[in-house]
Amino acid sequence: MPVSVQAENATGEHLVLNMGPQHPSTHGVLRVILELDGEVVVKATPVIGHLHRGLEKLAEHMTYNQIIPLVDRMDYCSPLINNLGYVLAVEKLLGIEVPARAQVLRVLLCELTRIQSHLIWLGTHALDMGAMSPLLYMFREREEILDMFEEVWGARMHMAYFRVGGLAADVPESFFRRAKTFLAAFPEKVDIYEGLLTQNPIWKQRTQGVGIISAEDAIALGLSGPSLRASGTDWDLRKKMPYSSYERFDFSVPRGNRGDVYDRYLVRIEELRQSVRICEQALAAMPGGPVAAQDPKVVPPEKQRVLTTIEGLIHHFKIMVEGFTVPAGEVYAAVESPRGELGYYIRSNGGSRPYRLKVRTPSFVNLESLCKMAQGQMIADIVAIIGSLDIVLGEVDR
Amino acid sequence: MKDALIQIFGDKLLGIHEARGETTLEVRPEDLTDVARQLRDGDLFKFVFLSDLTGIDCGAGQFEVVYHLLSMAHQKRVRLKVRLSGARELPSVVPVWPAANWHEREAFDMLGITFSGHPDLTRILTPDGFSGHPLQKEYPLRGEN
Repeated sequence: MPVSVQAENATGEHLVLNMGPQHPSTHGVLRVILELDGEVVVKATPVIGHLHRGLEKLAEHMTYNQIIPLVDRMDYCSPLINNLGYVLAVEKLLGIEVPARAQVLRVLLCELTRIQSHLIWLGTHALDMGAMSPLLYMFREREEILDMFEEVWGARMHMAYFRVGGLAADVPESFFRRAKTFLAAFPEKVDIYEGLLTQNPIWKQRTQGVGIISAEDAIALGLSGPSLRASGTDWDLRKKMPYSSYERFDFSVPRGNRGDVYDRYLVRIEELRQSVRICEQALAAMPGGPVAAQDPKVVPPEKQRVLTTIEGLIHHFKIMVEGFTVPAGEVYAAVESPRGELGYYIRSNGGSRPYRLKVRTPSFVNLESLCKMAQGQMIADIVAIIGSLDIVLGEVDR
Repeated sequence: MKDALIQIFGDKLLGIHEARGETTLEVRPEDLTDVARQLRDGDLFKFVFLSDLTGIDCGAGQFEVVYHLLSMAHQKRVRLKVRLSGARELPSVVPVWPAANWHEREAFDMLGITFSGHPDLTRILTPDGFSGHPLQKEYPLRGEN
């Protein structure tokens, strides 16, 4: 983290300005050191680590189940998608097959998570640039999704609902009804959001032609997710390397062509609509059957059995206290989070705790491209660019 | 892909194995840059996207650096591995994949691995004046060091 607060160009003409870490538009505790020539940014240097909690070190001392609520707290705007990447990696190590119902429920819940994550992004991004009202609309819809999550598993944000081998429990019937009502009404709400911003002249002036990055630069810098697609690259892991039954769903992957802040906005808006399509298909063709694999070594018994039989109680106790053993080996599993490629690399030495867990978080990598995007922009554009990258500092710093 | 890799890299490959649908290559630190460039530019591979780069403390002074590469053209991943014993130093891959910049700084910060030729190899996640490398196995989980 040590960065000298000295302009490299010591002609005395450049001003060094410290932005953050306490700055509302940095979406957390991000510090950016700006070297300015008048109002123009010559160089932007992000300084990170203020939220570093040593997640990877902690994980080496925890059983595989205990890590699930830990990864929830990295990207706190899309906890379930963090869960999904992690359980997919452990399942790959174990070679467990997840039942069809659990796979489709995972997709449904992850797409609802993506919608609410994009809603937070758009609300705060617009707020950063002086548009106050979008936030209020978006939090109304987000609240509805969080209420649905509460109905599913009792928690609104950090659900820790996915388990290695499936889900913690089946969802209640009432959730489906509620989700159907919400999804039927939501596309119209997206039209309302667009009515507030898409053709708004102030919005366009603040975002069009700002923070441009070419597809080649984006790929070289490891940019992923909507920010990469806004530069015109057709790359979405859900389509190109499908996981958890995404190959069964019919949806399109929106792309931009200029790679500016406005394109990144348009891509995410369209992703809201595509997520609704995926959710509707999942609801229409929800398979029946169990929501967890039949693997007594890994999956604890049903709660009813734990509470009424001594064998069930012992079984539950063993898995929860000792954890389950995972064969030695290494895997990398990646999912398309609302921010980009979220990858988990696990090295196992054959115990009940990972030898090493490395998380490739999209925000960490995407933030690096701020240096490139900010060059030559006006100082007020920095806020627009940071917002358009949709970073979550919990995920940057881990 | 395995055969193609063996044919192209020959004895530069210390090992290649496939498990759980993933391919892992192991190379010597001195061959890293060459192999990385060929993996990025070769028509068969086109591993233009560096997904991840990290290090592992394997105990007894042994470290590994692991690269996860993605080929968008072929929709394939490959894992590249370099084993370090003795000197904890290897060439930076920033000239090949600019995305490696922050990843290498993180591996330096967390594990104490030095990447020669890196444009700015400084700590990234830990605060100013921090000493030690938290992801080394002898670094304690809690308490004063």
